[in-house]
Amino acid sequence: MLKQIEGSQAVAEAIALCRPEVICAYPISPQTHIVEGLGELVKSGELTPCEFINVESEFAAMSVAIGASAAGARAYTATASQGLLFMAEAVFNAAGLGLPIVMTVANRAIGAPINIWNDHTDAMSQRDCGWILLFAETNQEALDLHIQAFRLAEALSLPVMVCMDGFILTHAYERVDMPTQEQVDAFLPPFDPRQRLDPASPVSIGAMVGPEAFMEVRYLEHVRQMRALEMIPGWAEEFREAFGRDSGGLMRKYRTDDADTIVVALGSVLGTIKETVDALRDKGERIGVLGITCFRPWPTSAVRAALSHAKRVVVLEKSIAVGLGGIVSANVRASYGGHPDVVHTVVAGLGGRSITRESLARVFTSASHGTLAPLTFLDLDHGLVERALARERQTPHSGPVAEGLLRDVGVVAAKIS
Amino acid sequence: MFEIRIHGRGGQGVVTAAEMLSVAAFLEGRYALAFPSFGSERTGAPVVAYCRLDDREIRLREPILEPGAVIIQDPTLLHQVDVFGGLKRDGYILINTARTFGALGLADFVKDFPPSHLLTVPATEIAMKRIGRPVPNAALLGAFAAATGIISLESVHKAIREKFPAKIAEANVLAAGDAHEHIRQQAGATENAQAD
Repeated sequence: MLKQIEGSQAVAEAIALCRPEVICAYPISPQTHIVEGLGELVKSGELTPCEFINVESEFAAMSVAIGASAAGARAYTATASQGLLFMAEAVFNAAGLGLPIVMTVANRAIGAPINIWNDHTDAMSQRDCGWILLFAETNQEALDLHIQAFRLAEALSLPVMVCMDGFILTHAYERVDMPTQEQVDAFLPPFDPRQRLDPASPVSIGAMVGPEAFMEVRYLEHVRQMRALEMIPGWAEEFREAFGRDSGGLMRKYRTDDADTIVVALGSVLGTIKETVDALRDKGERIGVLGITCFRPWPTSAVRAALSHAKRVVVLEKSIAVGLGGIVSANVRASYGGHPDVVHTVVAGLGGRSITRESLARVFTSASHGTLAPLTFLDLDHGLVERALARERQTPHSGPVAEGLLRDVGVVAAKIS
Repeated sequence: MFEIRIHGRGGQGVVTAAEMLSVAAFLEGRYALAFPSFGSERTGAPVVAYCRLDDREIRLREPILEPGAVIIQDPTLLHQVDVFGGLKRDGYILINTARTFGALGLADFVKDFPPSHLLTVPATEIAMKRIGRPVPNAALLGAFAAATGIISLESVHKAIREKFPAKIAEANVLAAGDAHEHIRQQAGATENAQAD
């Protein structure tokens, strides 16, 4: 059924269609509307049987999800930013224990300085925690990925994180096609746990494992993620047959067939990138886009094949490995068959900075002219940076960086974007 | 694609206005994308919300930099925020005020705009009368429908009823209707004046 609703509400309704039995969450922007929506569905009795547990922190949220999942319940939670960091220990535990929890991360920057706006730093900080990481391009894909996530998680007994851009998707009203309960039931069988805490048949989960078997536990985790790489495309195909649309999969190509330049990106920025690419194509540029849906496991061979004929690659990412450069680009570079120097990193949109067609067109054109630097910060205010550096040169007591920059910027209310 | 930017203050329903506009367009079979300016919205602070309308899927997610229409929910923002930034030269300006463009000191700025695209409506007064609270958003959407014809008043009414509980919705529906009528009369007066 077509609806014009907020992304968070769409995801809440899709989660409810997946019949979770335990939902636990601690509110944090921009995730709040999702769990509020689910709370209302549980309270009204529309989502039943399901227990909604208000917890005192994100650490508790993931711990309760672990307990619920270990007891054989389909468990769901959602968080963002510092909330994800606060639950980090339990996030690793959920993966190490092989519990098929599904969690939404409404992507947001991480402090300090405190910032509630969107980037991918939160999810990227947990990229090697053992969870499957999926990134949604639109709200339609966000809701579809959650339905696929439960299927994927339970088939592999691995937790899955569905990442959707905070505010840009979570707070956007757009058209979605909400599937029926019958469609979701047919695609997602009831949870049949691989392991279960049951008083009638007691087992122990989470024992201490020494050097004699710890490597093997990790190895098996890796093997299962590698297996996901083989299964995800088939499930996306099955999803397309059942629901009539393309959602999920490992990655998606757009106008790449004859492209000399291929832009690689994740999440909602892909829409603006495609608009920019269409405009550049009209001017005769041979440029295309590779959207990565599945970031973990990393689809090495699929990415390599997709980029095999590209003369240059621009990885546009909303995250930064401070002291190195790009995070996504490090992965792309490792999968690119050609010379690593042709893979450019463009760090963009940190802390919610707008990513515009104009700026994208500038860096993409610069890439095709061979003038793009290996690492670029899109729309960085060089003047502002220079003032901060000058302050530091002037005095050893230049004070806190963020506050100094804010004083330099002045009133921001007058700006549109 | 038609792009609308709505300026107001926290508590005036700016974000809700963009959302309702998107719902109204959706009900007419179009694609619509509404999104806020993603701030920590405090009561009284300047707030911006955006709405794009198109006949095909909308992929663009940058802020609206060159709107075809701006709706200004609070005229005190004229001196604080660059509300007209990037506005197309044939764009619409709809201001919540009982004053004229001249009285607001905008005569020079708007002199090259088509006169039929320059609109004012006392939306807060209408809201006080119909809703009992200074929330001008629904009234402004009614006025926007009358001014531009891009969406129908009927779709605005449906969107209001989808967004609010019945009693509040009906008060807002009346406010939207009043503002719609106000603009129609204003347009009629402009046409008569031009005919004279």
